[in-house]
Amino acid sequence: MSAVAETLQSPACMTVKNLDFYYGKYKAIKNVNMEIAKNKVTAFIGPSGCGKSTLLRIFNRMFELYPEQRAEGEILLDGQNILTSKEDVSLVRAKIGMVFQKPTPFPMSIYDNIAFGIKLYEKLPKSELDDRVEWALTKTALWGEVKDKLQQSGMSLSGGQQQRLCIARGVAIKPEVLLLDEPTSALDPISTAKVEELVIELKRDYTVAIVTHNMQQAARVSDFTAYMYLGELIEFGETNQIFLKPKKQETEDYITGRFG
Amino acid sequence: MSATTLPQTPRSDFRQRFFGRRKMTNIVVLTLSLAAMAFGMIWLLWILYSVLQLGIGGLSLATFTEMTPPPMTDGGLLNAIYGSVAMTLVGTLLGTPLGIMAGVYLSEYGANGWLAKVTRFINDILLAAPSIIIGLFVYALIVAKTKTFSGWAGSIALALLVVPVVVRTTEDMLRLVPGSLREAAYALGTPKWKVISAVILRAARAGVLTGIMLAVARITGETAPLLFTALNNQFFNAGLSQPMANLPVTIYNYAMSPYSNWQSLAWAGVLIITFGVLVINVTARILIRQKH
Amino acid sequence: MAAGYPATPMNASSKVALGEPGAGQKRTHSPMGDVLFSGMARAAAIITLATLAGIIVSLFIGAWPAIKATGFGFFTSSTWNPTDEQYGGFSMIYGTLITSLIALLIAVPVSFGIALFLTELSPIWLRRPLATAIELLAAIPSIVYGMWGLLVFAPLLANYVQAPLQNLLGGVPGVGFLFQGAPVGIGLLSAGIILAIMIIPFIASVMKDVFEITPPMLKESAYGIGCTTWEVVRNVVLPYTKAGVIGGIMLGLGRALGETMAVTFIVGNTSAFSSSLFAPANTITSVLANEFAEAGPLHQSALFYLGLVLFFITFVVLALSKLLLAQLAKGEGTRT
Repeated sequence: MSAVAETLQSPACMTVKNLDFYYGKYKAIKNVNMEIAKNKVTAFIGPSGCGKSTLLRIFNRMFELYPEQRAEGEILLDGQNILTSKEDVSLVRAKIGMVFQKPTPFPMSIYDNIAFGIKLYEKLPKSELDDRVEWALTKTALWGEVKDKLQQSGMSLSGGQQQRLCIARGVAIKPEVLLLDEPTSALDPISTAKVEELVIELKRDYTVAIVTHNMQQAARVSDFTAYMYLGELIEFGETNQIFLKPKKQETEDYITGRFG
Repeated sequence: MSATTLPQTPRSDFRQRFFGRRKMTNIVVLTLSLAAMAFGMIWLLWILYSVLQLGIGGLSLATFTEMTPPPMTDGGLLNAIYGSVAMTLVGTLLGTPLGIMAGVYLSEYGANGWLAKVTRFINDILLAAPSIIIGLFVYALIVAKTKTFSGWAGSIALALLVVPVVVRTTEDMLRLVPGSLREAAYALGTPKWKVISAVILRAARAGVLTGIMLAVARITGETAPLLFTALNNQFFNAGLSQPMANLPVTIYNYAMSPYSNWQSLAWAGVLIITFGVLVINVTARILIRQKH
Repeated sequence: MAAGYPATPMNASSKVALGEPGAGQKRTHSPMGDVLFSGMARAAAIITLATLAGIIVSLFIGAWPAIKATGFGFFTSSTWNPTDEQYGGFSMIYGTLITSLIALLIAVPVSFGIALFLTELSPIWLRRPLATAIELLAAIPSIVYGMWGLLVFAPLLANYVQAPLQNLLGGVPGVGFLFQGAPVGIGLLSAGIILAIMIIPFIASVMKDVFEITPPMLKESAYGIGCTTWEVVRNVVLPYTKAGVIGGIMLGLGRALGETMAVTFIVGNTSAFSSSLFAPANTITSVLANEFAEAGPLHQSALFYLGLVLFFITFVVLALSKLLLAQLAKGEGTRT
């Protein structure tokens, strides 16, 4: 049966209630209830196919690009259900940034990659735009490495740098929530470490939800962890508690490597 | 205890500001793209409708049984149809083996060597080259030498149009044959030429056949290469060594004329050609879809 | 000390292709079959190359008398007079280039709209039928376009396109000269419009195929920061696929340049130069179609000269198109 969300000591940024998700007739996510804590990192773990990435993609309504996919239930952000919000989906997505498994720099210069998103929402004079770009790149510890080559294509950076560029791009438009879908799975260990540091830094200003198939990563960076299996939320709670004293047998089996 | 939710942040206002304009731009562009789609469809439907409407009027049993008439006399298109069928057949018979063998070379022998790369490049250019230039080439090669226009020259011009299509589709289809099938054949000790002819070509035969059909469809309506190779002929001749009546050039001559019976015959001819081409295309598509 | 090469089971078979019987196995078939077959295959490939070479050579030989007689003046003179044996190709070259330009101006935006519709807007169940319909448009033989263009479309063109254009812009200095003369539905503008309809399916198909290669994750990244569909296409899909888009456009251009029958019916078949788009004119292909069969020797040679020019232009355009499309397939997007 589905897990009941723990009472959090921290205020919630997003609240998920009775969330179901369908691919055509197939119910891929079953009755998820949980809360994403504000200014904290929440990790989603579970074996392949458990639905953690699917869940993340519901949060920013990415599934709506594909007609057979459908979500039912409530996801509250700022008190409004974003699934049925009257607000245009583009504006909803602007509040919720997403970074993907593979780095996806736009086919533009490094500067434009960041500036592009900003220009969608704000009309800034050039100097302010420059400042904002610098701020975003500094926040993701990229500024020093790229400040002399801002006009070069975003695709000319290394994998780790590209991924940090994508995070900077997401951060630049000042979202409330940052969704990271296995952001380090395509990166080498050093870049992975840098991104993990970044994630911990980012939670000061943003709420972060991160999907990872690497349990150690979840243990390192997150404050709360959700364990999912076959589309259900099996257990959710503080990271320390989940990893040291899991309440459900299935959670313990997964964490100790008995399967998955 | 219920979790507290955040008050509506004033930040959401700043996002709204440009959004109206962005949304409007989006709607305008998407509407225009719908209009473009409709635009394309309108031409297709209109052309097909005109061809049907005007062609049916000129079509009768006589069209298929009588020869092309002098102006203002009743007649049909028999010699033109025969000529077109004959030249298409000969052109296909000449061009297909050449095309298949070249396709075999590209897929099975040359692969990525310099000859293969250059051949592919040149082939694609020949595929899209102006067909009237092919006509000029065959004129210089054959008509000038034999001092007569002929059905053979026309057939060869058509063959030169068939070859690039068949080369391309044959290579693509052969490449799709799985490596495991090839290895199984080689493992039996089969020599390479037999693996190709008896196993690989056989496995790809639906695709190769489709390629041939598409080539036939392509040459069915071609007029320009026939204009100065086969020329045209008012009369019927079974052999190919004289100027040969054919449907496209007949249509061309009749359509530009002021005689109404000629014009209606021209429409009937257009209907026959269009129908033939569409049938071949649709059949080829169904074949390809069934295979995959 | 022996070099540390690993003991791989390589006999002399480094030359043997994958799966072929090794050098040491017994063969009951003679190698003749293989030699013959591979020889034939190779010959077929070489014949393809020879065809292209043959075309260039024969065009050149045929054009040589005219080249000798007129040299490069051929390109600037618009006098085309078979009776006086005066041959200048300017009007025809102009006609070919202008009709193709008009065709592109109309076809490129429309094709883009169609490709956009098919990849982003259309419901899934409608995609294949519509794409098939567009491809059928490409399959219709050009003589059908030509005849339909002259007998069905031209009168409408005269009344609904040419006449209004003349009324609107005929008096405007700087552009008015394009719209002079009796609007009867023929001329370079009409030919350009028919050509546009003909090449739309080619360009649209390439654009659609190329848009579909864009990685979904890249598009989702753009949607993720709140882009509208148009913003995603304009800022992500188009730059990503731009080599392919340009390649497709050039493919369409190549087709338009070489098209004969769609143009001949409606262009007016007059070799005198006129600056108006409504006046009867000629393109290289239409003058070839009309005059070649009965031309005398120098006349024919001049026509070969025109054919050579056309072949050269289309060859360059098509070669560029191929290179661009290959670049997209290889590099998958913009380079640094």
